[in-house]
Amino acid sequence: MKSLLGTLTLPSMAADSSQADAPAKTSTASRGDLKIRARQVQFFYGEHQALFDNNLEIARNRVTAIIGPSGCGKSTHIRVYNRIYELYGDQRASGEVLLDGENILSPGCDLMELRRKVGMIFQKPTPFPMSIIDNVAYGLKMHFRLNRGELMDRAEEALTRAALWDEVKDDLHRPGTALSGGQQQRLCLARVLAMEPGVLLMDEPTSAIDPIATAKIEELIHTLKSTYTIVIVTHNMQQAARVSDYTAFFWQGRIYESGPTQKIFTNPSHQKTQDYITGRFG
Amino acid sequence: MKPRPATGRRLANGVVSVFATLSAILGMVILAWIIFVVVRRGLGAFNLAFFTQLPTPPGMEGGGLVNAIIGTLVMTLLATLVAVPLGLMAGVYLAEFGQGSRLADNTRFSANVLMGMPSIIIGVFAYALVVVPMGRFSGYAGIAALAIIMLPIAARTAEDMLRLVPNTLREAALALGASRWRITLSVVFRAAKAGLITGILLAVARVSGETAPLLFTALNSPYMMNSLGQPTPNLTVTIFNYAVSPYPDWQQKAWGASLLITGGVLALTLLTRYILRERKT
Repeated sequence: MKSLLGTLTLPSMAADSSQADAPAKTSTASRGDLKIRARQVQFFYGEHQALFDNNLEIARNRVTAIIGPSGCGKSTHIRVYNRIYELYGDQRASGEVLLDGENILSPGCDLMELRRKVGMIFQKPTPFPMSIIDNVAYGLKMHFRLNRGELMDRAEEALTRAALWDEVKDDLHRPGTALSGGQQQRLCLARVLAMEPGVLLMDEPTSAIDPIATAKIEELIHTLKSTYTIVIVTHNMQQAARVSDYTAFFWQGRIYESGPTQKIFTNPSHQKTQDYITGRFG
Repeated sequence: MKPRPATGRRLANGVVSVFATLSAILGMVILAWIIFVVVRRGLGAFNLAFFTQLPTPPGMEGGGLVNAIIGTLVMTLLATLVAVPLGLMAGVYLAEFGQGSRLADNTRFSANVLMGMPSIIIGVFAYALVVVPMGRFSGYAGIAALAIIMLPIAARTAEDMLRLVPNTLREAALALGASRWRITLSVVFRAAKAGLITGILLAVARVSGETAPLLFTALNSPYMMNSLGQPTPNLTVTIFNYAVSPYPDWQQKAWGASLLITGGVLALTLLTRYILRERKT
């Protein structure tokens, strides 16, 4: 698989030679098979600017890892993709984020539909205080008109895809909060998958669960990427190397470098990237 | 450098912890004392007639306080029905929708002031608001006074309880496409359920013992209540009237009524503790 990735070309990677430490215009994939294209994204927490001129291209049906030290804007960046930051009145984003060619930052964007198409998994599992089946049905009921049979079918399918069905099929009416941490995280995944999104945003999805559960989630990422475009924020360099096809390195709100994971990890163009990957800081 | 000797530190530590412990025990002792006295003197008043018969004319033995028991229950219940939905919605505004807005800040400040307001002033306010225009004391005026007392308690407790719900839960629901009101109703309320019920019960407990606001509003009556448009019998004003009366039988009944209210409030408080414990397990 990695050898296949190596053959992809990177148009803008080589053009960066004038300034050694300046953020480069970056691209992760050849044109045409892009799912998301972020252009000149700026982000503000009140007066404080957290993201500067973020340009990033996310390849369809691939896993893109976002790495960088704490507070560098990784999570902030992906929270722009579903505009979830709007929960807080003082946060705003500008620029363009094209999802299948449509700018989701435009005021006319249907947020409900956007969030159906762009699902998100969080650092801590967030099961709602209701039964397992109601958790999975929560998004489904909002977005689709389904009778009880269809609802159960879709829920079963989602739980199966999240590799949780066999563990919970006999007590779907137990509270979701009674599951283990790893199971809860897969429940949250099922809840998102049920809505048939095209994009999965994962904000450090394994940092709060144990290694075995982590391995399960990583395995899932491998199987899911044939149908979904996945963007994963991670602090764990090995995880980024294991699960992703492309990697973007963030530093102080700027995207320093992005490209095929293999290249970023073996032959980065920037000293900063190399320093971070080799553990010199962060 | 020589380290400072530990003796002074140890002594101060010992003195403070002794005083803190004594103060804590003092609080418990006073509560136990009140309950002990109320039970000892009030229990004698309890018999079937106390719960089933109307009061006797002054000086006559026997009879009961069934009218006051019903009056207090009805007024407390109706005040709760008025104040809780309003308070809950205000709490939702403070915690969910009005974050950091001036309206929210002012509302929260007003609620805090209102909570600290002596209840007799609320009584006078309800008197001016309801009793004067109606031309007579009434159960409605009593309900208005109790509801005004409950409103800020319900609002502030609701706000505090909703704030305890982690934002990650709201974000997760939002990320699934839910709108703000749906998140509040279907996720946040559920997560805060035990706390909200506790808050409501505590507000009920608080007003069920109020006397001053009823003196100017519901007043009292020795008859069975047949309309809330009339002066309405209630336990607390009955206690006030009976306790200062010269008749030993009435004084005994005042103790009985005190025991009834104390027991009711205690039961509500224990119920809230039970509910909160259920949530944790």
